[in-house]
Amino acid sequence: MSDHSFSRRHLLGGAAALSLGALPFGRARAAGPLTVGFIYVGPKDDYGYNQAHAQGAAALKAIPGVQVVEEENVRETTDVQKTMESMINLDGATLVFPTSFGYFDPHVLIEAKKNPKVQFRHCGGLWTEANPKNAGSYFGYIAQGQYLNGIVAAHASKAKRLGFVAAKPIPQVLNNINGFLLGARSVDPSITVQVIFTGEWSLAVKEAEATNALINGGADVITCHVDSPKVVVETAARRGAFVCGYHADQSALAKDQYLTGAEWNWASIYKGFVADMQAGKAPPNFLRGGLPDGFVKMSPYGPAVSEEARRQADAVKAEMMKGGFAIIKGPLKDNKGNVIAGAGTALAENASELEKTNYLVEGVKGSA
Amino acid sequence: MSDDLGLTTVLLAVIGGAIRVSTPFLFVSLGETITERSGRINLGLEGTLVFGAMSAYATAVMTGSPWAGVAVAGLAGGAFGGLHGFICRFPRVNDVAIGIALMLFGSGLAFFLGKPFIQPSAPPLPAIPFGFWSDLPQVQAALRVNVLFLAGAALALFLWWAFRNTKAGLIVRVVGDSAEAARAMGYDVDRVRLLATATGGVLAGIGGAYLSLYYPGSWNEGISSGQGLMAVALVIFARWNPLACFGAALLFGGAGALGPALQSVGISQGYYLFYAAPYVLTLALLIATSSPDRALTGAPGELSLK
Amino acid sequence: MAADTTAPGLPLAESDPDRPPASLQIRAWLARRTESVAIPLGAVAAGFLIFSLFLVALGKSPLAFLDLVWRGGFGSPFALQNSLQRAAPLLFAALCVALPARLGLVVIGGEGAIVLGGVAAAAAAQPLQGLSPLLAVPLMALAAVAAGAAWIGAVGALRAYRGVNETIASLLMSYIALALSNHLIEGWLRDPASLNKPSTAPIGEAFMVGALPGLDVHWGLGIGVLACLAAYALTERTTIGFAARIAGGNLRAAQIQGLPVGRLVVSFTALGGACAALAGFFEVAAVHGNANASLNAGFGYTGILVAFLARHNPLAILPVAFLLGGIEASSGLIQRRMQLPDATVLVLEGLLFLVVLVSETLYGRFKPFSPHLWAEKRRAVS
Repeated sequence: MSDHSFSRRHLLGGAAALSLGALPFGRARAAGPLTVGFIYVGPKDDYGYNQAHAQGAAALKAIPGVQVVEEENVRETTDVQKTMESMINLDGATLVFPTSFGYFDPHVLIEAKKNPKVQFRHCGGLWTEANPKNAGSYFGYIAQGQYLNGIVAAHASKAKRLGFVAAKPIPQVLNNINGFLLGARSVDPSITVQVIFTGEWSLAVKEAEATNALINGGADVITCHVDSPKVVVETAARRGAFVCGYHADQSALAKDQYLTGAEWNWASIYKGFVADMQAGKAPPNFLRGGLPDGFVKMSPYGPAVSEEARRQADAVKAEMMKGGFAIIKGPLKDNKGNVIAGAGTALAENASELEKTNYLVEGVKGSA
Repeated sequence: MSDDLGLTTVLLAVIGGAIRVSTPFLFVSLGETITERSGRINLGLEGTLVFGAMSAYATAVMTGSPWAGVAVAGLAGGAFGGLHGFICRFPRVNDVAIGIALMLFGSGLAFFLGKPFIQPSAPPLPAIPFGFWSDLPQVQAALRVNVLFLAGAALALFLWWAFRNTKAGLIVRVVGDSAEAARAMGYDVDRVRLLATATGGVLAGIGGAYLSLYYPGSWNEGISSGQGLMAVALVIFARWNPLACFGAALLFGGAGALGPALQSVGISQGYYLFYAAPYVLTLALLIATSSPDRALTGAPGELSLK
Repeated sequence: MAADTTAPGLPLAESDPDRPPASLQIRAWLARRTESVAIPLGAVAAGFLIFSLFLVALGKSPLAFLDLVWRGGFGSPFALQNSLQRAAPLLFAALCVALPARLGLVVIGGEGAIVLGGVAAAAAAQPLQGLSPLLAVPLMALAAVAAGAAWIGAVGALRAYRGVNETIASLLMSYIALALSNHLIEGWLRDPASLNKPSTAPIGEAFMVGALPGLDVHWGLGIGVLACLAAYALTERTTIGFAARIAGGNLRAAQIQGLPVGRLVVSFTALGGACAALAGFFEVAAVHGNANASLNAGFGYTGILVAFLARHNPLAILPVAFLLGGIEASSGLIQRRMQLPDATVLVLEGLLFLVVLVSETLYGRFKPFSPHLWAEKRRAVS
């Protein structure tokens, strides 16, 4: 995510960004300096998941009265608890963002109980009323981005076979795979997606092998959901396949082979949270949002994207911007033949069922 | 997809995987063979591999030449190996422990210095398309062979020959089998070991260059994920024979391709277990080829780890 | 490789025909003890000094760095507890290396035993639900210990009865254990309610192991210290330990003397595996409350380093693990206050350990510390 695309997104921003805009910066000082802590599970410049968050953090540094402290490569054990305590006790952090999936239960919950005056917001977790009130979770409906990826991929694919390199079969990954396939099938119902799970969030050689296996299997457009998509993107581009990016804009890595990509725009969420804190109120405990909210965005189209593909993707994107777009629409079966949505059923992006997805839809080759 | 094509796909993937993935294992294990044949163990080649990957990538980014990257990686690896060789000449210094410390030091330094190079793209090493005769893109892809792989294969053959037939090879072996005998013959044991460890480091560094400049062809902190350590272990599996190192590296690389290939033809349950195939296969072969009586066949006599 | 823990000069004092007077013996003992503290401390200081040059080259202040290491790792109750907490799993992981090392074996596969132990503990908790924690928690620990002992013990058995090299076998077994654990956590043992972080079913609040009294450090530290003390007693104060040391020094000689080398090898590797598995048990029972992929946190590899630095002496593992825990604890402050990347402490650790290991060559070279040099002087005088 580069700075210019970030400012573009700022204009599109939803409620969170608006609340920031409504607050004059000068008044924010009244609440005193705000220290915000960011914790990453890997190196913060990984061209992927952690970097997307670090760029969100970087966007906060420009706000007056905000101090950002960061720590990278923090293990998902007591280490992260001690890191949170250290940020709170030694740096005076009052808003903490532990950004890895594995940090939520039990680590964030424990620290939230221990430090009732500090706000904890976790990326990807599923906060419920039963959890401490000073904890919370946020995430984006990035499956929308994968749906748009799928539309563009379907137009570019000659083999009508797409490939997906995935880390682990968890709901957020499965939603992305399903979104990619259904987006593609909205263009051509005969398209299939082959998925290969690597089993790890970050493992370069396995990701490269998986990409090669997909292309050898006939796939000619590749996308992924791993922490650092750099290897997948570069390997696929070198093999001559088209690529749809993930997490961040990887167009520089694949040049003309890059179609588009589903990107995070965490800055928009983080700025909203900070604005809430500076206004003296607690940020929301449960925050989800998609394209219309500015949490997710698309990479600019690459040169290989046809006029027709652009038109169709833009039209669907406009539909999504209205909110309530349903990717999972009945009648729909999973790839084992079970009905997952009857005729007339439609799961909008904020449907709570999507937080528990445990299936791959018909047309995806692979097992959840 | 028919079963027939499925099997072909898997076979091709295994062959392709063997060629793509084996090179770093090959270089590290050949390097370690030279070192261990001289009677020392350098467990730190994981760190050397990672540092080689970083320095090669950084050099290629800055100069635009991947071969300059390979050269720098080799030099850096030689420096790490030389450091190990130099330190271990002092009495009571444990070579295994120094290797572990160097593993940490090499990786740490590579991560530290490599931060600015995660983003940029480096020019990759060239490959030779031996699959030109085929119309199948899978065959063409599997037979795109990197020059370093060929160099590694040639090196394995050369080392196998050189250990038997050259004076240098003989000296290394004598030093490794009995320091006392070597001293009696007038050889400077420490110097031979220093050179052997440094040479091992050079090869490990070049193995790292392959990782970052060809396959997977990228620099990040997870690039090696323990391949250097595994390669050192493979030397014992290969019983200090360079040709067997080549075989072990191919086996390991090929078995590693099994997991993704099986998923791509629809065998998708239990992929963690398929991913463990290289380890299970190596262990099974290791058990099958070991026996209590001839446990140490081929092992250099001076080696502290057998 | 030899587990070279005998201080140089030790046997000499006893076999000396003209045995020196008792006062001199005490002084000699003191001198050797001082040496074994002074040399590592001096080496740590030297390591920091070299690292300072690195920092100066980067334009960072070494004093500020040292200050942060002190404040982050040692200088306050919070920092100390942080360091102790980080040291706890390293104690177990290091024993998994140090115990087999008594027999001259290099086992580097502790990571797999840690993860497998954690999975075994979490799996065992399910049928035990409803039982008294006083009964159930030890049973969970037992399940972990059994899994770890079987896994690394198998490596020992392969070594003893099949001649399979234990270093490579333990590494391979470790990778296999990780694959198996992942397969179980995301397959048979997966709690369907664990959504984005696949985990086994929770062991339940009742079975959680709490903190040490008055401390914010879990019981893993207490048991870890006890395990190190017990391992010391076993290796230094029992006939089994003595037999192991003989076998480690010379396998063939031990076999000729009729020592049960095979059984020793299996026992010591199994014990090591049991220790590693306890680290996994505490990760599950004191931290996570279930088994998940975060168990694979790299403690096993750090443990190798700790064991080698401690020269496989179970007592020396304690300070080494604490030092390492302290440096890791200070990593956060260093990142936050000095804008240095996380890899900085890796460089520091690597450098420190290199210098400490090199310093081992200095033992017996300084006259004040070296009774055998005094003896030479006495002889020269008489």
